[in-house]
Amino acid sequence: MLATMCERGPDSAGFAVYGAPNSGKVKITLQSPSAEADFADLAKTVGKAIGADLKLDVKSSHAILTCPADKAEEARKAVREKFPSVRIMGAGDVIEIYKEVGYPTDVAKRFDLAKMSGTHAIGHTRMATESAVTTLGAHPFSTGPDQCLVHNGSLSNHNNLRRDLKHDGMTFETQNDSEVAAAYLTWRMNQGLNLGQALEKSLDDLDGFFTFVVGTKNGFGVLRDPIACKPAVLAETDDYVAFGSEYRALAGLPGIENAKVWEPEPATVYFWER
Amino acid sequence: MRSIDLTKTPLRELNASLHEQKDGTNETEWEVLNPRGQHAIAVGLDAPVTVTVRGSVGYYVAGMNKHATVIVEGSAGPGAAENMMSGKVIVRGDASQYAGATGRGGLLVIEGNASSRCGISMKGIDIVVKGNIGHMSAFMAQSGSLVVLGNAGDALGDSIYEARLYVRGSVKSLGADCIEKEMRPEHHEALAALLAKAGVTDVKTSEFKRYGSARKLYTFNIDNADAY
Repeated sequence: MLATMCERGPDSAGFAVYGAPNSGKVKITLQSPSAEADFADLAKTVGKAIGADLKLDVKSSHAILTCPADKAEEARKAVREKFPSVRIMGAGDVIEIYKEVGYPTDVAKRFDLAKMSGTHAIGHTRMATESAVTTLGAHPFSTGPDQCLVHNGSLSNHNNLRRDLKHDGMTFETQNDSEVAAAYLTWRMNQGLNLGQALEKSLDDLDGFFTFVVGTKNGFGVLRDPIACKPAVLAETDDYVAFGSEYRALAGLPGIENAKVWEPEPATVYFWER
Repeated sequence: MRSIDLTKTPLRELNASLHEQKDGTNETEWEVLNPRGQHAIAVGLDAPVTVTVRGSVGYYVAGMNKHATVIVEGSAGPGAAENMMSGKVIVRGDASQYAGATGRGGLLVIEGNASSRCGISMKGIDIVVKGNIGHMSAFMAQSGSLVVLGNAGDALGDSIYEARLYVRGSVKSLGADCIEKEMRPEHHEALAALLAKAGVTDVKTSEFKRYGSARKLYTFNIDNADAY
């Protein structure tokens, strides 16, 4: 699916994979431009600092740090203090996030995407418009536990919204508009709304063009702005729900000939939970 | 019949072969296998050939069509039959955004639903949709006819000029300067002819309402003529 969408967004790619939970443990996805040096002793150093036994699985420029759930905050803090060049891409019970600059099929190969498995996953190929082509500018954006967002479009009120969200304690890594959308939804969900309700609210508060796909621990949601210029196609069978920017991305799926293939309506929230 | 399998033949080769066909060609029947959502299949045709695409296609199928008949046995992505000049395009499934956009002539039949902006800026094309159409359809439609057997979404016919819209079901809302108009005998006659061309036999023209321009916007006000 990702490979067929290369020409829509050839500059970077990323994916979030919702794998198997590891009871009592949290996965923190780390990224470093100097992975070899940073990741060599990271598990040991951070583990010692917080007094826990940590596991680090390195995949190219990324690594998954598995740590006891009650030590997760301390671990993040220790990573930030002791490894300033390491970035935290996301964290949660099941989510793993990989994203890099480069042609999408190369990025997928680099992280061995084909070998990954899970309950659901979201992939994105990027053609940058609103911010620089960098690793942090690639999608998905993860701003809350097990949450991620990919975005096709451009938001026009992201600067104001970023300022408002910062006042409320949200933090930002980039100048990217999509990150603001992700943080907005996290902020709403922190207020106790579920994904569907948070997406519903975003129709009032986000201005601009968007098709969003948002992942949570239990499922994913889709939302298009009221004008709905940005394309979206869904396919549903008894076995799966799949989303693509266009039918080409779905053409290779098993049973697609008999799937219900349809376009999500503008300004209408869709979400599927397990 | 020439049969071309797009898993084996590059798309450019298919389109080049189709472009070689001239009026009077003997190779009038073509089929395209395994389209798998590819873009720009059978665009720019200019000969009386019939191309049947066996599956769903991506963006701009049969764009700029002239004289040819293109049948899509599946659904079509955005911009189906965009800027068609003449001929006929039939989509057996659904069509995505801006189907028939800016079309100058010919007939586009969508047997399923069409999404937003169907017939946007149409300039003479006739479009018959058996299902529903999405929002902002026939935006700035200049001439030609749009026939919808199902329902229309928001802002139908916004800023419309002289195109005629016939809708059998509900209209969620009308766009600026678009109003319901009387169905006079000549409209029943024109609509009956369009339905017959599209092979629709089981509905009566009396089930439709007609919509068109109220001619109240800036362009229609004679006092604005001296702005030029």
